[in-house]
Amino acid sequence: MRSDRGQSAPLGLKIAAAGGLLFLHLPIFLIFVYAFTTEEKSFVWPPPGLTTQWFAVTWNRPDVWQALSLSVRVAAISTAVALVLGTLCAAAVSRTRFFGRETISLLVILPIALPGIITGIALRSAFSLAEIPFSFWTIVLGHATFCVVVVYNNAVARFRRTSGSMIEASMDLGADGFQTFRHVVLPNIATALLAGGMLAFALSFDEVIVTTFTAGQQQTLPIWMLEELIRPRQRPVTNVVAMVVVLVTLLPILAAYYLTRDGDQIAGSGK
Amino acid sequence: MTIAALNSNPSPAILPGSGGMRGALSDLFWRRPQLLLLLMLLPPVLWLGIVYIGSLFALLLQSFFSIDEFSGLINREFTLKTYGDLLQAANLDIILRTVTMAALVTLASAIIAFPIAYYAARYARGRWKALFYLGIMLPLWSSYLVKIYAWKLILAKEGILTWLLAKLHLLWLLDGWLSLPIVGGNSLSVSFTGTFIVFVYVWLPFMILPVQAALERVPGNLVEASSDLGASPGQTFRNVLFPLALPGIVAGSIFTFSLTLGDYIIPQIIGTSRLFIGQAVYSQQGTAGNIPLAAAFTVVPIVIMGFYLWGAKRMGAFDAL
Repeated sequence: MRSDRGQSAPLGLKIAAAGGLLFLHLPIFLIFVYAFTTEEKSFVWPPPGLTTQWFAVTWNRPDVWQALSLSVRVAAISTAVALVLGTLCAAAVSRTRFFGRETISLLVILPIALPGIITGIALRSAFSLAEIPFSFWTIVLGHATFCVVVVYNNAVARFRRTSGSMIEASMDLGADGFQTFRHVVLPNIATALLAGGMLAFALSFDEVIVTTFTAGQQQTLPIWMLEELIRPRQRPVTNVVAMVVVLVTLLPILAAYYLTRDGDQIAGSGK
Repeated sequence: MTIAALNSNPSPAILPGSGGMRGALSDLFWRRPQLLLLLMLLPPVLWLGIVYIGSLFALLLQSFFSIDEFSGLINREFTLKTYGDLLQAANLDIILRTVTMAALVTLASAIIAFPIAYYAARYARGRWKALFYLGIMLPLWSSYLVKIYAWKLILAKEGILTWLLAKLHLLWLLDGWLSLPIVGGNSLSVSFTGTFIVFVYVWLPFMILPVQAALERVPGNLVEASSDLGASPGQTFRNVLFPLALPGIVAGSIFTFSLTLGDYIIPQIIGTSRLFIGQAVYSQQGTAGNIPLAAAFTVVPIVIMGFYLWGAKRMGAFDAL
């Protein structure tokens, strides 16, 4: 038995830890209150009154729907690309040892390790050198690139836990490579891929820095929000959108956590 | 007879090739694993190599171009003139300001992160452990813009912070702080103090996770042994806990430092009109149309982070990631 079990923490440590967690969470809760405020022109606290009318106003705003739809489409396609590329890369890196293996891991991690602005302006200058006009696909190109790493991380962790002898057993019993993949490998890594996919979706759905460089005139939901932050036009609508965004990103994160919590490495510990 | 019976039904040691295209392909991959490996690696490497490394290379190339001051057109000839422009006093100011901010943010994150990480690693068990984990993960993954927006609400002149301080009769403290040079301003949302608070808030989870990972590996009896041998809690922290947590802190600081260096949205929304590197890059490539100078500016954080990573690696920070 470990000797430190059942010990309680010093009071000062408890207060500092609780204070730190409150610091992390209170600002997000505040958003929920502001979504109901009757005040239109300022951020006055406490709210002079509470109302649900802004939800209806937001619901009837076509620009919000357009931005949301673009964000969802971009996130879906980027996630699909990232799933394929990330899984292939993870399978190759975890199954075999080859020359340049470390370089490949570095290559996958680099787009998220360097500040987003570097990725963004690098893509933009490449587009301008190659004279590629901005489109839906230029956004996807950027997003898929930094989404590969979250899928890769989850898949690599799962491959490490899956024993190679299962694949050999399947082959010994007469299955060909494709059958083995379909009936042995895929069921083993499915939850890790689902978790990675959800994190990739959340990452893409929320991305703003790279997107500002690759979107041109198009508006994803984060870009819509950024415009509202810089030049506020209708604050109550922004409040409601902010609240919805918090709720929408919360669900995939919780789902990814529950899908992988039994493992040695839980999804999302590296963003 | 037994031998004859065995021989009459010989089972082949090698299975016959499975028929069809699919079977042939499957057999080929089994016989030549390198080919399968190559095919698996090719798509991701091509994608990242062309889209990402290609773009980075294009960026680097652009930083050696220069802009014609009269026509505003980009002159595609090799020159170091753009890097010379980087050394103008105004641009050096921007670099110095950003690096100072990044260092302060890193320091503050480490101080706030340590108690949370230590409590989660050493005292939280079972359900509390899961709660702590989610309590760090959820803010980490919450929308970046929403987090900034929340602070705009908090720091606004009519917002909750002013209200709270007024209730506590501490407004004089806020006014006193705002009247200070450099860190002060008209209200917290247009001051460096505001920028600093938001940076710390947004990057804090990136510091907590690696510090916690490092502290998880410190055996509890080490701390007990230290106090058994007569060390005060302060001495135990200085001589036992802190050195063991240091690789984790350095690993976390890679994130907080790098993210602060490259960010341009936080100082734009909450802060003064004085620029940070990210904003300089953004305005140079956007309104000014001076992509070479913007490219040269981005080389600064890359070089700084290069040195930082090199130092971090020597301190063993990568084992804590």
